[in-house]
This record gives sequence, C-alpha cells and structure tokens, in this order.
Amino acid sequence: MDFTLELKQVTFKYTGIGGSEHSVLDHLNLRFDQQECTAIIGPSGSGKTTLIQHFTGLLKPISGQVLFNGRDIWGKQFSRKDLRRHIGLVFQFPEAQLFEETVFKDIAFAPQKQELPAEQVTGRVKEAMAAVGLEYTVFAERSPFKLSEGEKRRTAIAGVLAMEPALVVFDEPTAGLDADGIHRFSMIVDTLVQKKTAVIFITHNMEFVAQVARRVIVLKKGQVLFDGKPCDLFTNPSLIEQAEVQIPPVVHYLSSGKSPLAGNINAHNGRQKIWRRIEKIARNLNLEASE
Amino acid sequence: MIQIENLSFTYSDEGTVSRTILDNVSLTIKPGEAVAIMGPNGSGKTTFARCLNGLLLPASGTVLIDGLDTRDQAQLPEIRRKIGMVFQNPDNQIVSATVEREIAFGLENLGVPCAEMHEIVDNMLTEFNLQHYRLHAPHYLSGGEKQRLALAAVMAMRPRYLALDEPTSLLDPKSRADILHIIKQLHCRQNHPVTTLLITQFPDEALHADRLLVFHNGRILMDDAPARVFSRVDELLAIGLEPPLEFVLK
Repeated sequence: MDFTLELKQVTFKYTGIGGSEHSVLDHLNLRFDQQECTAIIGPSGSGKTTLIQHFTGLLKPISGQVLFNGRDIWGKQFSRKDLRRHIGLVFQFPEAQLFEETVFKDIAFAPQKQELPAEQVTGRVKEAMAAVGLEYTVFAERSPFKLSEGEKRRTAIAGVLAMEPALVVFDEPTAGLDADGIHRFSMIVDTLVQKKTAVIFITHNMEFVAQVARRVIVLKKGQVLFDGKPCDLFTNPSLIEQAEVQIPPVVHYLSSGKSPLAGNINAHNGRQKIWRRIEKIARNLNLEASE
Repeated sequence: MIQIENLSFTYSDEGTVSRTILDNVSLTIKPGEAVAIMGPNGSGKTTFARCLNGLLLPASGTVLIDGLDTRDQAQLPEIRRKIGMVFQNPDNQIVSATVEREIAFGLENLGVPCAEMHEIVDNMLTEFNLQHYRLHAPHYLSGGEKQRLALAAVMAMRPRYLALDEPTSLLDPKSRADILHIIKQLHCRQNHPVTTLLITQFPDEALHADRLLVFHNGRILMDDAPARVFSRVDELLAIGLEPPLEFVLK
C-alpha cells in the first residue's frame, strides 16, 4: 500500500527528577514513502525508540508535526486507532505481549477487532503464519506459552502482520537470537519486502544492516547524523566513528578484495547459507563478491 | 570450585509430558577460569546458569559450589553469596528507587554494618563509573548504564563466581565493549578476582575466554579453548552456530 509518513521539526523531551529536562528528539525531519527496508541505528540514548513511538502517536511531540498521508496525526479529525492498523509496531521482546490460549487466537486478535468475516480472519492468520515460518497445521492450536522463545517471538510478529499494515516497525528484532534465528528473521523481512510492505527496524547488528537495509538512518543526540545507502555509511570511516559502530568483518573482507567466495562456491549445507548471505551483502553494498 | 555431576533438568508440561532441558551434564570449573558458554536458543544454557545458584534445582545429579550442595536449602544463602548472577535484561533485576540503594540492597540483606556498607557503595560507584548517578532513579539510566549498575550491585557482595546470561545482547556496540572490558577486569584484578561464566550469542565475546563450552540439546557438545572449538566449523554450523568469519574462511 502506498503511504507517506513525515516528521517535521519533531522535538521531544523527557522530564527528569526535579524538573530537569532531557532533550531526546531535536527538530527532527524525516520522510518515509517507499516500500523499502530502512535501518535506524545509533548509540543508546540517541532517541531511536522514542522516534518510532512517534510514528503511531504513542508519544506526542512537544513541537513539530507527524503527518500520515499528509494529515497531522494529532489533528482533531484524525483517528490514531486507524493509524495503528496501517503502521504495525513490534516492540523489544514482543513475546512478552502474548496472552491468548492458542497461537491462532493470539494472531487473530487484531483482525477480529476489525470485525472482518471469519474466513477472512482465518486467511489473514494463515498468511501471517506463513510469512513468519510457522506451519499452520502444527502451531495454530498450540498454547503460545509452550513454544520455544524463537517461536514465541515469531507468533508475536505474526500478530502484527495479520493487521496487514503498510509499514512494520521493529525495535531490536534480532536481540538475543542465535545465528539461525537471525537468518529466519531475515527471511521474514524478505517476505515483507516482496509483499510491498515497508519495513523499518532499530538495530545494533551492523551485519544485519549490511544484509537487508536499503536505507540507513543514523541518529545521534536526537538528530539525524546520516540518512542514505548502507554502502555510503560503511565506506565512510569518520561517519562510522561518529555513529559509534564498527564495520562488520564481512564488509572488511568484501572491501579488501580478498574475495571470500573463491573456492567456496561448492561448499555444502551450513557453509552455503553463509556464502548466500555474503553474496546478498555484497549485492546490497555494491561490492565485488566474484569467484 | 564448581562441581557438576550428572546434572539433569526437566520441565513438566501439564503434569504429563516432560521436556529434558539438561541431560546428564558433568563438568568442573576451577577458580580463576574465564568460561564462555555458547549454544543455539533452547540448548539449555540459561537453565544451566539457573541451576548454579539454586534458582532451579536438579531433577537428578548434583551441583556443588565450593562443596555446598544447591539442594540443601540451608546452604542457599551462602551459595548465592558466592555466585552472583547478571541477566540479559537489567530491568528484570533492578529493584531499588535510586542507584545508591540498588548497590546497597544486597549488602543490607547480608546485614553488613552501615559504615562498611557506605564504603563499599562508594567504591562500587567509582569502579563502575556510576558516581554521577548516585541519587538517580535507575530507569533514567541508559541500557549500558543499567547493566553496569546490575553488575555493581552483584559485585558489591564480593562473589567468587559470576554467571552472566547474555549480558550484552541489548546493548549498543560501545556499551557492549564497556561491559566486556569490565568483565575482563573483574577476572584479572589483584583483589578478589572472580571466576566468570559468560553465556553469549556473540562468538567474538567467547574468543576472549580461557575455555568455551558449546551446549546442544541439553548436553555439552564441545569443551575446549575457544580457537580450537571455532576451528570445528562444520560441526558448529550443523547445530546452527556460526564461528567468527575468520574461522569460516580458513
């Protein structure tokens, strides 16, 4: 679905003990209008989570505007309840929000609230489960509390996808996941991008940024330090230093011209997954990964 | 010394089905070691850590901390004094209204005299670089600062052993480096060096340990120097773990 989300001069402050004010977002301007995959990075306290809470009106800016499809989300006529159907927010550790008796009921909760016909609800649940890699016949009737941690997280994500939002925003989706879990999450992102759903995610995982992000926004002290392509971030050492991140080893290998794929193209099983990922990173960053 | 013999742990599901989380694990950890623990999600790492201080009790087998058995209720306070725990999310661990009180919390429970308590709290604030936050509410700290506070509160009780369950997984790269540096310092320092057990998903963090344990399906699959474990690339990939890239490319 086409949409535009614009932040104009957005400023937000928290009030601390004794009324001391702490500025978190400082006259921030951003625009999202493509069905693309955007990473938001930056040191702790740079305003990342506060920023995404402004997208759906969970926080109200002290000054400035948030516009969805050109309309001020804090305007009198605007329904923020509807907005939350179009923008799905997946918080850190979303599995903590599971509450229903079965996986099906948990994922169906939001579409049922929209009063869709039963078969449409089932269709949405099936599609959302497929997108996160949970087989319907195996998981639908199970209790979400008896799943593995990774399965719980995917159930929670499916609950957001079942609303069929135009934009899904994830806060630290790969935190605490093992290599397989991160791989699975990258497949969820691929599926969303294919379905023309826009994805924005906050992360500290730079390899993941190199792998899936088409656009990177670096926040620092509540301002946009950089907004552009990941290849332009990873080839700019002074920017990397200001962003307080490190270039992932795989990007070093790719840019050193050592050609890590050489001789490995016939590798088996586990290794092949790694080469495919390296190839993907190379493509995304426009770096050579020739054999 | 931590001595674990034939430790098994099962969760029961509605009283009928039981799931084995730890399966006959035996292991000795000597004082002074820096041990890293890796394994796929669900391999039993966290359950293992929780068995160390008696948060969970073995279904069978024994866990001895300096000879004290975790199944002996009377020994639990002493065991928990010996082995400090730091979890992934400091929000689940921090209980007090101010930074200073959080550090004093464990000491109060141990009945440490007031003057000594003040001295320890001051030392901890300095050692963990939290002196500017003494009277701050913990929820105003950043993630990295909160994790430093959780560590300070645990270290105030001078444990011999420190078990850390993915303490950096929520932190930004700089805070992650800070916490790792602190853990290394605690292990190497002259006064009260600590034996550390670091559970992690980051292979680069495990590289710094003396010894790396790889858990899989509730068993210890590998137990060796990190570089030697990471050289077994295909075996690790087969269970869904990835060694650092340099080992994969060798």
